[in-house]
Amino acid sequence: MSDHHPSSAISAGVRHVEALLESRGLLDPGEIDARIDAFLAGGSPANGARIVAHAWTDPGFAGRLLADANTAIRELGLSMAGGLQEQRLKVVANSAAEHHVVVCTLCSCYPIALLGPSPSWYKSEAYRSRVVRDPRGVLREFGWEPPADTAITVWDASAESRYLVVPRRPEGTDGLAEEELARLVTRNGLIGTAAV
Amino acid sequence: MADRFAPGDRVRTRAADPDGHTRLPRYARGAVGTVVERAGAHPLADERARGGAPDPHAVHHVRFAAADLFGAGDHDVVVELWEDYLEEAP
Repeated sequence: MSDHHPSSAISAGVRHVEALLESRGLLDPGEIDARIDAFLAGGSPANGARIVAHAWTDPGFAGRLLADANTAIRELGLSMAGGLQEQRLKVVANSAAEHHVVVCTLCSCYPIALLGPSPSWYKSEAYRSRVVRDPRGVLREFGWEPPADTAITVWDASAESRYLVVPRRPEGTDGLAEEELARLVTRNGLIGTAAV
Repeated sequence: MADRFAPGDRVRTRAADPDGHTRLPRYARGAVGTVVERAGAHPLADERARGGAPDPHAVHHVRFAAADLFGAGDHDVVVELWEDYLEEAP
């Protein structure tokens, strides 16, 4: 867990609690690491990219995805049920009128099953505190800014849902197969900090 | 339990600064927004952090104008809030 806690005091405290639980037989050595590995297994931005490419090519699926993402992604063999309990997934789609960007201002909630472990900037205080106040400025620093007449909506993952953004399908991709489209979709595009 | 709020309802968030853990971000306190949709029902995180095992309560996505939260900005912020944090706004 040290990746998530820059404070070495916290890391030491966590390790101390783990050691106490192990010494009392409540936890097998390595059990926490094994559970984390199991949770992360299969988690990759390629999953999110598959969802987006399918939504781009199948309007019916896109509609189901926006209405009830947890049910819709099962059509692709994906699930948000890999953890202790199924997490609710909320999918939002970018358009010419509205661009969406996702943040967790209180911690670093992230759809690991669909995007893999989160990038370090997503967990940084700078991103978390600034993108809700000045999304256009933050997006500019990422190297891309929505057109001036595109409204921006920031989604704060402050409770139990996880979020995925469907980027706009790039122009000139009409002839591409779904697998080729999926390769165009980037992790930042799925968070909303880039176009695709 | 019936939901207290429905999509389109105007709501005001609690302004008080509670002791202990909460999932009502400081920047969204005492603000008026509009319910977008229900985000399921979950045990209130504030009570779970105190060791309780509360019943699930409805959670809503609530849309705020950035100008109402920060005094500036032309974007919106959608915050995911337990109904416990919300009251009806005129």
